[in-house]
Amino acid sequence: MSTSLPPTASQTVGPFYGYALPFAGGGDIAPAGHPDTITLHGTVYDGAGAPIPDALLEFWQPAPDGSRAGAPGSLRRDPVTGAVIGRDGLAFTGFGRVAADADGHYLLRTLPPGGVPYISVCVFARGLLHHLFTRAYLPELTDIDGEPLLASLPPHRRATLLAVPEHERVYRFDVRLQADGVHEETVFLAFE
Amino acid sequence: MTNPPGTPPQPPRLETQQTISAEIAEIRDAYGKAVAEGGPRRDHPDRDYPPYRSSVLRHPKHALVVPRDPEAAELTGPVFGVTDVTELDNDLTRQHLGEPLGERMLVTGRVLDRAGRPVRGQLVEIWQANASGRYAHQRDQHPAPLDPNFTGVGRCLTDDDGRYSFVTIKPGPYPWRNHNNAWRPAHIHFSLFGTAFAQRLVTQMYFPGDPLFDFDPIMQAVTDDSARRRLVADYDHNLSTHEWSLGYRWDIVLDGPAATWMEEGR
Ligand SMILES: [Fe+2]
Repeated sequence: MSTSLPPTASQTVGPFYGYALPFAGGGDIAPAGHPDTITLHGTVYDGAGAPIPDALLEFWQPAPDGSRAGAPGSLRRDPVTGAVIGRDGLAFTGFGRVAADADGHYLLRTLPPGGVPYISVCVFARGLLHHLFTRAYLPELTDIDGEPLLASLPPHRRATLLAVPEHERVYRFDVRLQADGVHEETVFLAFE
Repeated sequence: MTNPPGTPPQPPRLETQQTISAEIAEIRDAYGKAVAEGGPRRDHPDRDYPPYRSSVLRHPKHALVVPRDPEAAELTGPVFGVTDVTELDNDLTRQHLGEPLGERMLVTGRVLDRAGRPVRGQLVEIWQANASGRYAHQRDQHPAPLDPNFTGVGRCLTDDDGRYSFVTIKPGPYPWRNHNNAWRPAHIHFSLFGTAFAQRLVTQMYFPGDPLFDFDPIMQAVTDDSARRRLVADYDHNLSTHEWSLGYRWDIVLDGPAATWMEEGR
């Protein structure tokens, strides 16, 4: 690389993004009624074990066919009123954005990713000065020994990246920004 | 005991600005010393920054793990298009029947990657308080007036040069509850996407000469002086318009995986 510009510093998303960033259908990456739809849900916790009601989560994943091209239209708008009219029900954008509810809980409906066994997760919150990346690995798709990241982690750390099957096609993936004395802190990732 | 009408609300017992400022100075001095002794410069804030009290329980204590994976999904990212943004979304002064109160201004700049390449056609989202320092948000209880003609949300796609621009009004500073008499300097929140999800950035733009910089633990969490300076926009007289608006320029550089690795990964 001939030039390397210094990056712009991150700052917290703060408490007041709620009327700006979330959009209707932000957690519905799967086309409505698609038979392969899976549900990924969980709670974001702080180091006291308390849910974080003002966390914002973003998700990115390849399409089921392995395409990583994404597609526009996650936050499609009515050109007349400017209101969000939602996804078109056909294009798989691969992108989701969900604000945690008052219980710190989020819910995502999507299709299983192709080519990788995980959904990428980015966490923002008031109090968090720089977002955090993690991954929700879907156990049925995951060969632990074949995933260098998982294989490199001790089992108790690795477990924080594995979504837990609850029912058919329903997985729980909690995010813990800090250990609370009982539960393990989620493994967070850096891309350098 | 209730306050007599017309007096500002009395805050609960909170730590003083003096306490917070002393902590800020201590961390800054320690960083300056470490850099002087050859330690690395840090472009981003530490997630663990005690003067910002909300960070205490909301930062991981384990080191981040670097997945050495050229096929990582995070080396690609979401795309947005003309369906995601309407024509007027970048003009925050034209979202209501009337004009908002405040100093009208143009805010523009380029979004670049660390190699200096423009980030083209990507989504830029902003949100901000009104001229009185009040967010159009149900949970903002600051008793400053709402402006019926200002919501404070905008978005646009960057052009082929990576350029974004917004027409808005200058936001006011506002109080918060980190400590007693805590005030945020005026700022605009920015959300940015690169070509890779790993380049994602949420940050805040500040205005030159704001007297509140030194008191604010969120801005001061960026302990490196030059990194902190880069969060401040430049006033650019060439962007001001005769009898209409003032102009500010702020370029943004997205961090992310080393460019070489990214190209291999794509
Ligand atoms: Fe703010």
